[in-house]
Amino acid sequence: MKAVSAWGRLSDDLHDVQVLTDRTQVTSVMAAHQPGLAFGNGRSYGDVGLNPQGHLWHTTGLNKLMSFDETTGRLVCEAGVLLRDIQRLFVPRGWMLPVTPGTQLITVGGAIANDVHGKNHHAVGSFGDHVLRLTLARTSGEVLQLDWTTAPELMAATVGGLGLTGVVVSAELQLRRVGSPWLQTETLPYQGLPEFFELADASERDWEHTVSWIDCLSGPRLRGIFMRGNHMSQAQAEARPSLRAALAAQQRKASGKALAMPFVPPVSLVNGLSLKPFNVAYYQLQKLKSGLDVAHYEPFFYPLDNLQHWNRMYGPRGFYQYQSVVPREGGEAAVQAMLDAISASGEGSFLAVLKTFGNREAKGLLSFPMPGVTLALDFPSRGERTLRLFSKLDAIVREAGGRLYMAKDARMPRDLFEAGYPRLSEFIKHRDTGISSAMSRRLMEY
Amino acid sequence: MQHIVIIGATSVMAEHCSRLWVQASPVRLTLVGRDEARTQRVADDLRVRSPQSDVQVMTTDFVNAAAIAQTVNAIVAHAPVDVVLIAHGVLSDQAACQDDVIACDAALQVNGVSPVLFAEAFTKPMVAANRGTIAIIGSVAGDRGRKTNYVYGAAKGLVSRYAQGMQHRLVHTNVKVVLIKPGPTDTPMTSDLKAKGQKMASVEQVAQDIAKGIAVGKPVVYTPGIWQVIMLVVMHLPRVIFNKLNI
Repeated sequence: MKAVSAWGRLSDDLHDVQVLTDRTQVTSVMAAHQPGLAFGNGRSYGDVGLNPQGHLWHTTGLNKLMSFDETTGRLVCEAGVLLRDIQRLFVPRGWMLPVTPGTQLITVGGAIANDVHGKNHHAVGSFGDHVLRLTLARTSGEVLQLDWTTAPELMAATVGGLGLTGVVVSAELQLRRVGSPWLQTETLPYQGLPEFFELADASERDWEHTVSWIDCLSGPRLRGIFMRGNHMSQAQAEARPSLRAALAAQQRKASGKALAMPFVPPVSLVNGLSLKPFNVAYYQLQKLKSGLDVAHYEPFFYPLDNLQHWNRMYGPRGFYQYQSVVPREGGEAAVQAMLDAISASGEGSFLAVLKTFGNREAKGLLSFPMPGVTLALDFPSRGERTLRLFSKLDAIVREAGGRLYMAKDARMPRDLFEAGYPRLSEFIKHRDTGISSAMSRRLMEY
Repeated sequence: MQHIVIIGATSVMAEHCSRLWVQASPVRLTLVGRDEARTQRVADDLRVRSPQSDVQVMTTDFVNAAAIAQTVNAIVAHAPVDVVLIAHGVLSDQAACQDDVIACDAALQVNGVSPVLFAEAFTKPMVAANRGTIAIIGSVAGDRGRKTNYVYGAAKGLVSRYAQGMQHRLVHTNVKVVLIKPGPTDTPMTSDLKAKGQKMASVEQVAQDIAKGIAVGKPVVYTPGIWQVIMLVVMHLPRVIFNKLNI
């Protein structure tokens, strides 16, 4: 038995770990060790990837690429391949994953199971929109080849299916063309939610990537930093000779040792004393950078990947991430109400991200993205106090007709889950009865 | 193109070394494995990573001297070899080896005798061509016998002593012998240790150390480097103290 924590480090329960290494042996491991759950690179925050006292099938050993078509950009690979490895291999060859979240240190299987999204949701949708085919192993011993035409229901259940429909063994992904590793970026400070929405709407047509950071402690005069970016073509990149040296520097940085948070501090470094000055400093620093710039995709998309174990800074009790999405109609009021509730509670968050989703439905039955606006906030765990704040936020999300992101959640009440995910009853039919997680036991029958 | 031969190509350490090599520049790779399908899957992965590389697959019986000789002759006849990495092995169950001499024999053959025979078979053509590097994966377990895995350790000790003698023999040639001694590494071979929660080096880090050691022809490569210090201490502990330790 081995202690396993999720990224939020809220628990470290023992798990009976099996390491998957051979894609032809997955069903036999599952059959001999069930009920269990697939576990990738451990970047989900709450209990979606945990199965305390039960079996955990580690997938990072399934890391082989299987085929790539240089003309169509279709990649077939095993489910334990890290998005980072795909990016680093294919960006120099002119291809890139169309959708990646704020970290590239996750597996393909995890990206599918949580139907992750990125800064370009309004332009290209979520990860599942680019999954063409799947191989799914079930505890019954079956190995199913799925695609959107022959098995649309099981595909829709598996994409965003939290690993509960089987183990994704391999997947065919559609990569997108990219002319260079560089992005043309623009940083714009803003004040107040109306300005945020104006910027977001104005950027949707001409900018592929949009995101914003907000200072959730700034009170009634809300302020934030809006960032947007577009991929640069080869010609655009070549027109800037200085980028060649910058690329070499970036590659040295990527192949060198990443900075790491070396230990768990006795108390959270994110606390009432540090947060205010931190947020003020961050805002001022970013404000200085406002305007047009050029950024390499790694620091632009994955700013925290270069600080290993950053989750340790929240101290021994760990932290929660609260990510909600609410429909655009009434969304501004709901976001304002949440920010007010946070201010009033005295809790606070440094990593506060506000982003609009595009006007498109996700393919998965339990996919998180929906048309509207999403707010993500980190909170150090302070026990009951933190949970009381979340109850208040839950009420706002429920009232607004929104939902919480399962990949981040460790505590949402069942009624909010059921209200937020109306296609749950369709999903349940497709579950693999030999698979169970802490989250599925908390929110579903088993 | 460099011609690199991997013996035990499905070993995760070898696989990660192969990935580093093909991603650095196109190479001619000959992968030798026991299981055709598994070795082909490794080859497919490498071909996706480097379409310009030429990746060939061969299978053989790793504990049959005649089969080893035949395989090596076929590889060398095909193209001169620049680097051979001998990487196969099985982390044998010490209790099973103590219980049953047949298990013990199998562990000694595959971890000790077999790598030595491969190295020996490659030496003759490499000496004739007066170039090339023979890299063998030994283990820190070969540095000093201890109760929890001395059969595996003895086999790896054989590899160590063999490599030492070869380095002596080949000192006036351009053929280099590199002995690699990894500490416990996170691979399927050690998945039981991992499941028990033991901390291990990442296979990516170990593969980088191996590739670097081979590139410069370093005679002995401990990876991660800290194991050189640890084993220096372990090897010099007086027996009266060592034998009291539960390691």
